[in-house]
Amino acid sequence: MPDAVGLELLAEELREADGESVLDTLYFRDKGVLIVNPVTIRATLERLRGKGFDALMSVHGVDYYPEEPRLGVHYELLDMGALDRLTVKLRVPLGNPVVPSVTPDWPTANHQEREIYDMFGVIFEGHPDLRRILMPEDYEGHPQRRDFPIGGEPVLFTIDESDGKAYTK
Amino acid sequence: MSTDVTRTSGYRQLEESITMAPLERLGTDELDQELLTLNMGPHHPATHGVLRLLVTLDGEVVRDLKPIIGYVHTGIEKTAEDKSYWKVIPVVERMDYLAYYFNAYAFCGATETLLEVEVPPRAQYLRVIHMELNRIMSHLVWLGTSALDLGAISMFWYCFRERELILDLFEQSSGQRMHTRYIQVGGVAEDIPRGFEQKVREFTAVMPGRADQYKDLLANNEIVLQRLRGVCPLAEEELLKLGVTGPLLRAAGNPWDMRKATPYCSYDHFDFKIPVGTEGDNWDRFAVRVAEIYESVKIIDQALDGLPEGPWITDDRKVALPPRHELATSMEALIHHFKLVTEGFRVPPGEVYFPIESPRGELACFVRSDGSSKPARVHMRDPSFVNLQATAPMTEGSYIADLIATLAMLDPILGGIDR
Repeated sequence: MPDAVGLELLAEELREADGESVLDTLYFRDKGVLIVNPVTIRATLERLRGKGFDALMSVHGVDYYPEEPRLGVHYELLDMGALDRLTVKLRVPLGNPVVPSVTPDWPTANHQEREIYDMFGVIFEGHPDLRRILMPEDYEGHPQRRDFPIGGEPVLFTIDESDGKAYTK
Repeated sequence: MSTDVTRTSGYRQLEESITMAPLERLGTDELDQELLTLNMGPHHPATHGVLRLLVTLDGEVVRDLKPIIGYVHTGIEKTAEDKSYWKVIPVVERMDYLAYYFNAYAFCGATETLLEVEVPPRAQYLRVIHMELNRIMSHLVWLGTSALDLGAISMFWYCFRERELILDLFEQSSGQRMHTRYIQVGGVAEDIPRGFEQKVREFTAVMPGRADQYKDLLANNEIVLQRLRGVCPLAEEELLKLGVTGPLLRAAGNPWDMRKATPYCSYDHFDFKIPVGTEGDNWDRFAVRVAEIYESVKIIDQALDGLPEGPWITDDRKVALPPRHELATSMEALIHHFKLVTEGFRVPPGEVYFPIESPRGELACFVRSDGSSKPARVHMRDPSFVNLQATAPMTEGSYIADLIATLAMLDPILGGIDR
């Protein structure tokens, strides 16, 4: 695992390549976290691939409600040779939730970016097939957002169609 | 004379008028071939759940394949946000319903990392014993259902016979056969009962012999060999790009197994091997999983031999329930009990990603805590969800029958994919 010093060195190298890329670093529970600028995510992940982090294990979304910028996307990188793991995080505001897609560089992100789009409404620019993946195609809203209520969403039952109602609560 | 009879028959005239020319032309001239788009599933016995595959066929050959999922999405991750940490465990267990000990451990491990709780050695060993039993159980269900897909029904009954032995063991230690809620934050729910160790030893004595029988039944069977050997291989680099882990990656020759590479939960105490394949075809995927059954048996035996004495759950009263007898005498224990049962424990704010090696690959739980007694976000990186992306590159250009075999060897669990 890269220690706190190693993480700072890595962040410094990335900043040298692109001053805008790394916004902050965090060392939490023996694991390094890079907080990066959303615009530079593709280039940053490519540079980290050059450092040995050649496997993208997970991409997942977080909603930081009520803080702004509200939506977060996390990338879990793995270096199988050095047995290192590194988390790369970015945050985008709810008003403009656009993140460049990393699917062209990391095909594994395809399903996972679709899931984040489905659940949080983050738009991945450059994704080859950005559709809902778990929820129905005609579903409205993004259910994993923190202000989306649990329960109470309309459910379609065919038995109610005869009464003239398409949906019931 | 006979010709007169046939000439007068309208049916025979119709039959003779049919020309086979268009059919013969198919397959010779590529431009004339039509692609057929076919829905396989969502209710199809070979998809191991409610998976829909949109298959584009060129005759019998698969040209394109799109998995469509979400049919059993139940919003478990959303539900978990509304429950205190100890009540999340039974919910996440129901994601990948063949690997419930792994789901529970991934979540508890993430929570323990946030809380910085030490897990006693006995609890770690008990977790290992149950997780490896669970791994064998999962592989047995995979073996039985895969053999069923290849047309062998008796394997299914044999595998479920051994699965029953494992479920009986789970019932003995936790009271439940499936979704046991045995692993808790800080340890396990209860110590193993008397006689459990002997029962497990009886099982580990019988299991390798049974696995030998299964290997003899299948590995020398001509049909199985023809259906699996050299079918739908995918190279290691492709698998890594697609994020595929577990037996599928090991079948392609990459020995990545987190139990060895980054040991957790005392896995470094045990002597076991990582089976790997060479070709990365369906046969290797089959062989790697069968070989893993033997290794899991070895781990269970070693864990029973070295099972340490001591507590089976942390003595941190802020996290784990106090022993029942203390409630009658200690006011403090009563308060802790009350607080834990009503509100649950509070977890320091932070975000943790906790990966473990499940029967299907890297299973990881991401937990974000905002300092309250309920998680602000629970996300499972389910291996089936990621591995499913490899179906299309594996099967493109192969026969539709090989697609069935490949799907069986992929071992997707739709409960884990859809969550």
